[in-house]
Amino acid sequence: MASVTYEHVTKRFGDVIAVNDLNIHIPDKEFLVFVGPSGCGKTTSLRLLAGLEEVTEGNIYIGDRLVNDVPPKDRDIAMVFQSYALYPHMTVYDNMAFGLRLRKVPKQEIDRRVKEAAQILGIENLLDRKPKQLSGGQRQRVAVGRAIVREPNVFLMDEPLSNLDAKLRVQARAELSKLHQRLETTFIYVTHDQMEAMTMGTRIAVLKDGILQQLDTPQVLYDAPINVFVAGFIGSPSMNFFDARLIERDGKVALDCRDFIVDVPENRANTYRPHLGKEVIFGIRPEDVHDPDYAPPGIKQALVEAKVDVTELMGNEVIVYLVTEHTQFLGRFDPRTGARVGNTMYAAMNMDRMHIFDKQTEMAIR
Amino acid sequence: MHESEQRTLSRVLITLALSVLVFFALRWCFHFVQSKEIPRLLGALIAVVAGVAGVWALYWIANEWVSLIPSRRVREALLPFVFLGPALFLLVVYLVYPGLTTIYISFFDKRSENFVGLDNYAFIFTDPNVRIAFRNNAQWLIVVTSLCVTLGLLTAVLFDRIRLESLAKSFIFLPMAISAVGASVIWRFVYAWQPPGRPQIGVLNAIRVALGQEPVGWYIQPPSNNLALMAIMIWLQTGFCMVILSAALKNVPDELLEAARMDGANELQLFFLISVPYIRGVIITVATTVLIAVLKVFDIVYVMTRGNYDTEVIANRMYVEMYRFVNFGHGSALAVILFLAVAPAAFFNVRNMRRQRGEQ
Repeated sequence: MASVTYEHVTKRFGDVIAVNDLNIHIPDKEFLVFVGPSGCGKTTSLRLLAGLEEVTEGNIYIGDRLVNDVPPKDRDIAMVFQSYALYPHMTVYDNMAFGLRLRKVPKQEIDRRVKEAAQILGIENLLDRKPKQLSGGQRQRVAVGRAIVREPNVFLMDEPLSNLDAKLRVQARAELSKLHQRLETTFIYVTHDQMEAMTMGTRIAVLKDGILQQLDTPQVLYDAPINVFVAGFIGSPSMNFFDARLIERDGKVALDCRDFIVDVPENRANTYRPHLGKEVIFGIRPEDVHDPDYAPPGIKQALVEAKVDVTELMGNEVIVYLVTEHTQFLGRFDPRTGARVGNTMYAAMNMDRMHIFDKQTEMAIR
Repeated sequence: MHESEQRTLSRVLITLALSVLVFFALRWCFHFVQSKEIPRLLGALIAVVAGVAGVWALYWIANEWVSLIPSRRVREALLPFVFLGPALFLLVVYLVYPGLTTIYISFFDKRSENFVGLDNYAFIFTDPNVRIAFRNNAQWLIVVTSLCVTLGLLTAVLFDRIRLESLAKSFIFLPMAISAVGASVIWRFVYAWQPPGRPQIGVLNAIRVALGQEPVGWYIQPPSNNLALMAIMIWLQTGFCMVILSAALKNVPDELLEAARMDGANELQLFFLISVPYIRGVIITVATTVLIAVLKVFDIVYVMTRGNYDTEVIANRMYVEMYRFVNFGHGSALAVILFLAVAPAAFFNVRNMRRQRGEQ
């Protein structure tokens, strides 16, 4: 049981800066997720903590202990690799017992821990098999089991679900969350899948180009993204963005998006009034774009006229691709919607959930 | 219908004409290049050109004949043999037939005239010279195979960690390019002996004398002279082992080693508990390949000592019986014994290679 601290950590590979001045404090028992597109430095951050890469600058602490120069085996951490990295010549039992044997743990203790982990993961009947004889999902469990038996202070997971098919991934996601609750240990998890990050993390660190963009709980990331990148990365389908200008219309603050003008709700007007005349990016999530006929009651809606380009029926909703003269955007409409391809109709934007970003800095204006 | 029949007939006629033409053309070439009147170089050139073109033409004509067979099933059954046929034919003529003949004449006397039953084999297992050969072959087998594989593995692992890896590997691999005879000539110089007091031209004795010791007849004095000969084989074969094993080691996934490192393994444990088991199949293949080469060792012994001074090996003994004593019975029986010794290793090698391919 331990916290983890990244203190001004930088990692360079030659001229490439993989991780740039990373500062994170991860309290004990947290499930922290590093998320970002490929090449954002999330895996490198994890490998720095594992000791598989050396930090170029800065310090990494596990608990109160500075671990910069501590070899991986003495850091008291366990890692689940993307490829699982099971030892192909050993049985499942030996795979799980390997680390304990090297640490000279007594035989009965090894046996107890392996059996217990196998029971937690439901792989008791596979202990005599070789990795080759296992399915992808079973291998993933063994990889997790190998980490569990070590009873480490920190669990590291590098995209452990990316080799599973979609259905299995959803199931494994829930199992890992359950495991975290059960073990009450710090989990640090790397993924490029924002859905995995949202569903599993107690907090999420969004990285881009080696720089930490935002570190917060999933709900805050979703509700109040700090910049355009985070806003676009979190949530699926992605947030709609429009180039806009803040103007005053009939004494109210409004957004001129060229093809349409929408009013900013009264309660937010004062926040934006100082920026009148500024070029901004207006963002609104597809789930906040409704069919006016089925919009939730009581929302402050702005109506925008657009042409229906494509509709995707999902069963519980219809994803509608809407186009105006200069832009296009998505809405998630009630399945009863009358939207038909080629029609021109009104879309209702829930302006309470709008986002505005500075066009130059791409930072949220709040 | 009528038109297609006509077309088939014309194809048959064309193919027939071409067959005859190619036959006579090749026959003419064959005689022409053998005649003494043309310059040798020209003859060789024509032989190469006509040979390649001739083989191509023969394949083409055979294929043409087969494609004229109306039944599709017969056609498809025959076609592989058109292309495999020549190779199979050569294999039978130059490998299977002599092999069977060797077994056959191993039951006959010196001149292959009278049937002698197992007398030749009885000789082999009682003759003191052959017994030395057996003993030496066993020693070669154990020492050379194990050292080649061990040194190959060691160099592969160590060179993996240095900057001039490919340069270092080239030096170890270089002897592979030298024939065993060439290598033996080189090592004769390395081991060369001159009486004490004379300048030593052999590197090893020069060093010994410089250090104030007596020169040694490295490949003459038993029993260490066998080791001196084995060293040549090791020098020749280690490069082969290293290259194959190095490639296999580079194939061990990084994540596997990292996982083991996090599990607490040190470098030695990584090597012995992860890398070596991972490349086990390749190690076996390499070991059996070296083993087969070692069992058949001949040239090194022939060049260095002719099998004297207690350095006899089976292959050399076979040669001596066959060509010096002109005893076809003894020679053939030794060949059969050598074959029986190599066969299991070859079988194991092929099976292991096939299994590895199946795993990938």
